[in-house]
Amino acid sequence: MPASSPLADVAREPGVAKPDPILVASGVTRRYGGVTAVDVDHLEVERGIITSLIGPNGAGKTTFFNLLCGFDRADEGSWTFEGERADGVKPHRLARRGMVRTFQLTKTLGRLSVLDNMLLAAANPGERFLPALFTPGRWGRIEADNRDRADELLRRFKLDHLRDEYAAGLSGGQRKLLEMARALMTDPSLVMLDEPMAGVNPALTQSLLQHVTALRDEGMSVLFVEHDMDVIMTISDWVVCMAEGRIIAEGTPADIAGDDKVIEAYLGIDHGGQTTGSIS
Amino acid sequence: MSWLSILALALQTAIGFQAAYHALAAVGLNLHFGYTGLSNFGHVGFMLVGAYGVGIAAERGWGLGVGILLGVGAAVVLGLLLGIPTLRLRGDYLAIVTIAVAEMLRLVANAGPSARLTGGARGFGGLSSKLGFYEHNVFEPRPGGYGIGESFVFSHQQLWAMLWTWGLTLVACLLVYLLVRSPWGRVLKSIREDEDAARALGKNVVVYKLQSFVLGGVIGAFAGMLIVLQAGAISPSRWIAPLTFAIYTVVILGGAGTIWGPVVGSVVYWFVIQFAEGVINNLWFDVSDTTVGALRLAIMGLGLMLLMVYRPQGILGSKKEMLAGARQ
Repeated sequence: MPASSPLADVAREPGVAKPDPILVASGVTRRYGGVTAVDVDHLEVERGIITSLIGPNGAGKTTFFNLLCGFDRADEGSWTFEGERADGVKPHRLARRGMVRTFQLTKTLGRLSVLDNMLLAAANPGERFLPALFTPGRWGRIEADNRDRADELLRRFKLDHLRDEYAAGLSGGQRKLLEMARALMTDPSLVMLDEPMAGVNPALTQSLLQHVTALRDEGMSVLFVEHDMDVIMTISDWVVCMAEGRIIAEGTPADIAGDDKVIEAYLGIDHGGQTTGSIS
Repeated sequence: MSWLSILALALQTAIGFQAAYHALAAVGLNLHFGYTGLSNFGHVGFMLVGAYGVGIAAERGWGLGVGILLGVGAAVVLGLLLGIPTLRLRGDYLAIVTIAVAEMLRLVANAGPSARLTGGARGFGGLSSKLGFYEHNVFEPRPGGYGIGESFVFSHQQLWAMLWTWGLTLVACLLVYLLVRSPWGRVLKSIREDEDAARALGKNVVVYKLQSFVLGGVIGAFAGMLIVLQAGAISPSRWIAPLTFAIYTVVILGGAGTIWGPVVGSVVYWFVIQFAEGVINNLWFDVSDTTVGALRLAIMGLGLMLLMVYRPQGILGSKKEMLAGARQ
């Protein structure tokens, strides 16, 4: 992380306060029967950087992620997004406030064209019932603007040649790209990516990582769930590690790679055992 | 009966009143099933409340205008009552709840204690004069009716009912056409494809489902109203689940998620049914009426199976789009 980073002076400890958080969560728990899947005391996600949420399988990352964006209901806890309350808020409202998510298993809309997938994500008054019928001129103009923006994004994600194809005809990698491009059509301030690299070949992984970096460079905040440490080390500005539902470590990628608790969580070493080396 | 008259009768049925009201109801169901992905298996319930709205208003002498308002209002209320608790649930729950509610409505209309309101099992007859539907008929009564030859013939009353029903079908198709090519329609289709994705992109999925459910239900209610207007009578025995299934067949036959699919589907459906009946009746040996009824449905079933194998997207559906759906 560059010395000028806003988090250079922030302590490397779980739940640490950050100078300019976009998302602040406190006391979030989610239980399934007797199992506590998520039990997060405090987490702040800094604005304008790439934060990775890592942890071994079953650490509760995705559950926590789903809670934050309203796709699952927390048993306890509160969190704010851009300073406003975000717990108990419906996912579509959070999306309109600028918190957009993608899915681990891509959810492209198969029987809609690639372009329609993009246009769907942009707001348009013609999405309401009566304006749809009675003000086609008005929403038509907005639609045309949205189409220009969609075309630009499709070019950037190298999907422009597939613009009029059904999204179902896309390869797995192209769907990942479409999902990311579509998320950008909502004009988000926080992009939440749920394991975007899962099941993706190495070449595409590099391309996706470049796109993620570009989001940050354009001023968006990124929260990234990933269980593969190698993937996030190069692009993350900050890493949060979860294990067994709790946040066990926070820090720069370098801090995290050398953290005993993280290595233990990933490798499952007994307490008292000797650990040497680090995860690269 | 000659082959020519079998064919003429099949054509007469294909554009007749039955085909018309099936098409109209199917336009509503197509909005649910074809565009929004809602498995509404109680469409006949919407038809029933529309029909009873008009029927009860006529019986009490409130006139047709009040009846239509009552029917539309009842369909809206039914859509909201049924939709608000169930549209949050997964698709198959909606199917179970809708089929059950439609049956309940029929049984309630049929029950003794509701006889004062609905006429009970016998319903109401002789509503024609109270409805006044045929008073404005532009077709004069004519001996031999209107048409060509002996089989392709409609009475002046049939023509009047057909004019209204096909006319309303056209209006409903136009409405659906305008809606599904708007951003509103795109949201409906996105819900059909994956409602979580729609949610993640800021769409209030439940509201859209409710709008689709209510609008399609009101279109179904109009089909029910026209049945009462045409017959001048109402009875509970007509509003049974097989009518919903027939309308599903029409939607799928014509091509779910297409504008004109319900119209084409209904015309073809009734042509095949009537043609099959004509052929069976014209065989060199006698077939009893009940057997004919069963056979023509069996033939329709066989036809549907063949369609599913060779043209699963329906007559007007796009194969490419259908395959896109299968590849999800």
